[in-house]
Amino acid sequence: MSVAIQWHSLFFLLMALAACGAALAVVLSANVVRMAFWLVVSLGAVAGLFFLAGADLVGTLQLMVYVGGTLVLLVFGVMLTARQPFVDMRTAPTQWLVAALVGASLLAVLWQAALSVDRWAGRGQTLADRQAQAEPTAAPLGLALVGVRVDKPDQADPRLRDGMAGYLLPFEVISVHLVVVLIGAAHLARAKRRPTSPEPPQTPRTPE
Amino acid sequence: MNLLTQPVGPMHYLLVGAVLFVCGVICMTAKRNALGVLMGIELVLNGATLNFVAFGSRFLRGDSASSLGLDGQLMALFVIVLAAAEAAVALAIALNFYHTHATIDVDDASELKG
Repeated sequence: MSVAIQWHSLFFLLMALAACGAALAVVLSANVVRMAFWLVVSLGAVAGLFFLAGADLVGTLQLMVYVGGTLVLLVFGVMLTARQPFVDMRTAPTQWLVAALVGASLLAVLWQAALSVDRWAGRGQTLADRQAQAEPTAAPLGLALVGVRVDKPDQADPRLRDGMAGYLLPFEVISVHLVVVLIGAAHLARAKRRPTSPEPPQTPRTPE
Repeated sequence: MNLLTQPVGPMHYLLVGAVLFVCGVICMTAKRNALGVLMGIELVLNGATLNFVAFGSRFLRGDSASSLGLDGQLMALFVIVLAAAEAAVALAIALNFYHTHATIDVDDASELKG
């Protein structure tokens, strides 16, 4: 029973507060540009939580692919559609009420489910677990993606050993899927050149 | 319970993931901007990813034999890649909608309504 501050817990608290607070700000802000900014903060804090859980490659990819790629894409979408009536779009109070009701009940269910299992509370940790040295996970993750599981080499159960065969097929599937999706997205979003433009572009409809 | 003096477990990660998930769901249901709906989806995916990583981490569990191990992190990687693909397609659809209808309000996308 140590009274000293656990720095891991302190940093977890900071990152968790940043993630949850920024997510709340995404919900509560009506301006879509501010929503994008708070989303960047929230996802960055989630990357910090990944680092605190010992998942260094996942945290790095979260920063590089998610914050650096996906969100930049989203910000481009915001900039391309940011005409004045669409920047601040308010939702009707009754819809907010229904959404808040659904969200609160869902949060109650999830909260109770997370608290209900005693082994998840982290109190059963041995000292060796807490003092475990962080190991880089990039090499075992890469090997698992090409089909070699170096982290579980001595699985006794032969039926489970079949499941330890690595992730080569999902890796291939997701690679082809990504190529198809990106080509499709580029095709969908390309600028369509019309041969003639008989009428001027229609005026934007203002939201009621 | 004093969080500063006790070790962090998967439970705390699950609570953060639950808050992110619920914020995303509220965003998806209440926002009228199509890009706001997209941001809600990103929040939901991140809440789920956080749970995968928490269950796979060996720093958080006392019984590391029953944890997901690398499988949790691999699932998190797949989720990140799928989120990138989903954002690209959804953004293309939203831009097309904007070009054809000159609005980004999802309430105006009612042509397929019965």
